[in-house]
Amino acid sequence: MGNAVRHLLSIEGLTKQHLLRLVNNGREFVEVLQRDLKKVPTLRGKTVINLFLEPSTRTRTSFEIAAKRLSADAVNVSEGGSSIVKGETLLDTALTLQAMAPDILVVRHKESGAAHFLARHLRTTAVVNAGDGMHEHPTQALLDLLTLQQHFAAHNRSLEGLRIAIVGDIRHSRVARSNMWAHALLGNEVRLVGPRTLLPEYFASLPGLRGNISLFHSLQEGIRDVDVVMCLRLQLERQSEFFIPSLEEYSREFGVTRTLLDACAPKAVVLHPGPANRGIEVSSEVLDSPRALMQQQVTFGVAIRMAVLLDAALGGEVEESHQIAGGHAA
Amino acid sequence: MTVVRNGRVVDPSQGLDGERDILVRDGKVAAIDRPGSFASLRDEETIDATGMLVTPGFIDLHVHLREPGFEWKETVATGSDAAALGGFTTICCMANTNPVNDCAEITRCIIDHARAHGRAHVLPIGSISKKLEGKEMSPLSELARAGCVAFSDDGEPVKDAGLMRRALEWASMLGLTLSCHEEDKSLSCGGCMNESALSTKLGLKGMPKVAEEVMIARDIELARTTGARVHICHVSSGRGVELIRRAKNDGIQISAEVTPHHLMLTEDAVTEYDTNAKMSPPLREAFEVEALRRGLADGTIDAVASDHAPHELDSKRVEFSRATFGIIGLQTSLPILLELERTGVLSLSRAIESITSGPAKVFGLQAGSLRIGQCADLVVLDMGKQWQFSREHCCSKSFNTPFADRLLQGKASSVLLAGKTIVREERFVNGEA
Ligand SMILES: [Zn+2]
Repeated sequence: MGNAVRHLLSIEGLTKQHLLRLVNNGREFVEVLQRDLKKVPTLRGKTVINLFLEPSTRTRTSFEIAAKRLSADAVNVSEGGSSIVKGETLLDTALTLQAMAPDILVVRHKESGAAHFLARHLRTTAVVNAGDGMHEHPTQALLDLLTLQQHFAAHNRSLEGLRIAIVGDIRHSRVARSNMWAHALLGNEVRLVGPRTLLPEYFASLPGLRGNISLFHSLQEGIRDVDVVMCLRLQLERQSEFFIPSLEEYSREFGVTRTLLDACAPKAVVLHPGPANRGIEVSSEVLDSPRALMQQQVTFGVAIRMAVLLDAALGGEVEESHQIAGGHAA
Repeated sequence: MTVVRNGRVVDPSQGLDGERDILVRDGKVAAIDRPGSFASLRDEETIDATGMLVTPGFIDLHVHLREPGFEWKETVATGSDAAALGGFTTICCMANTNPVNDCAEITRCIIDHARAHGRAHVLPIGSISKKLEGKEMSPLSELARAGCVAFSDDGEPVKDAGLMRRALEWASMLGLTLSCHEEDKSLSCGGCMNESALSTKLGLKGMPKVAEEVMIARDIELARTTGARVHICHVSSGRGVELIRRAKNDGIQISAEVTPHHLMLTEDAVTEYDTNAKMSPPLREAFEVEALRRGLADGTIDAVASDHAPHELDSKRVEFSRATFGIIGLQTSLPILLELERTGVLSLSRAIESITSGPAKVFGLQAGSLRIGQCADLVVLDMGKQWQFSREHCCSKSFNTPFADRLLQGKASSVLLAGKTIVREERFVNGEA
């Protein structure tokens, strides 16, 4: 491991160069994953602990596969199995894990700032944020970028110069936040679309966020002529907190449908971090159509997490993508 | 008999600012006169205040001493020690102990402990509602007779406007003030910092200012209709200040306090999820800090109060949203106020007034003045002393402060409590620390 521990806590604060390097390294791993032998020895002898204190089969599995493809030892600690349910604090959990000297700690936690908290207290372990509360979910944004890069490459377009609409419950979404930072860094036009209750004006002026960000409370106007529509999962319990009058009203006003896409953004592709509430934030017809890239998102998720784990394990040592896959294949 | 010699005496209660000697006899201010006036006296204790400032002992309207019930956070004794070294001779302690200070027994217990320790006048504040539950009124007359100087459910806002109205009516018969933590929890619910672009970025639930402002507006109207005295605790927004300003212009009996941290820090202190920047009300934006400073300077805000809220490290060394609210403040209030004075926000006399005669007036206390015949609570300040607040300096049982890394200037050098010198050269007389 390099001298400096390289955490990945947020997209905010990354340089454009670093962001693109992670995406490009992810692309290299896509090729690795297409081989018959999908395993590379890159992280042999390294230990990755997946500390998932909020239920998430999808992301945890993705990190686990990524670690194994890199030949790292991966250990899963989930809420039920950890001492946290027995009243242990996050600090004690962190110190216990630290004593086991993992190289990387992947953490999912329902409180914002939990990854920062761990990074502050773990001196020799790289912390990778796999989603902290409403704050950020950096690997989701990276895999979204990789998905878009792969898609638009086929149309001779790059990741830059895109117009993207993020639609739905922006307020509570770490996915939306990480993607905002990522697309702002790339100079893309970011439109945030949702009802006022779920899209407060503050999003127009996040400290340090410079870029072309605009807010829309009309779905039609928000997605007009965009290249990408990113749907967010509506957390169904929000109803009881007065954020929406009813699911019916919400989906009537903000549900993404084929008719709407055909009328307003006929060429747009659709992303969704999953799992989707079919018929609420997005219709099945859209999800099952070729413009929806959800399957690719899952596939590229493993590749991007391989790139992230490599970056975290080796710190600043790996800068060039050809060091990854070229010649390393087992 | 004690003479405090050659100091620059600043006592806003009598418009005094000049070189004076102060003669203290039988626990009272006996005389104030030109330097050297008491040279002929014999056998007196002398405090040389040359080059120093001499002011009335400070008053803090809002501290949490955590006793009974939370003695691992703070006790009446440790809180009194922190007060004394911070220059405070009178502190008013909130009722959110366990059990709650909602009966004479608890009030007397606090007073007895404070007297036995003897490092500050500790004036209990009784609760407005029993157990702070907001359902039944506490026995306000009983509490007043036992020694409570005001009433407050601080920490828990009084949600029920009907209860608030009746409590105001009852308290007005006693001539006492209701001190109000203004927060509509249905608006701030689950929040842990200022609601803003920053909270949005950090993904932390916000506490909007309007949660505070609607309650200030409500209580102003209740004060208007009852004619009773309402004191607004730790106001944190410019809009809140404006509501208070207008109410005062309307002749309503309303007063307000602001904390040193709301005057000095912005919500940016939270950026790295620093739990020592978590308090209620939360730190706000720079423009709100400006409005609070203006409100204090122009007298809309009557007093500076620390909201000294000790919490053990374990309750702060957790995820931000799970951390306790509050910071300690007794030992850092003075240097923060002096920093405001040095940067031209406050005149020296206004800075001193805000922790002496200002708060005295709010609760109607016989304190905060060096007039002849007054209880001789006074403090000698070393205005040039530069220091950093470290764990070793801290008398409190807890060290939850955002000011630990700050270079502070100004410190209480000597403190007289009812004529007795309890602090000399920044140390307790007859004691450690
Ligand atoms: Zn309060």
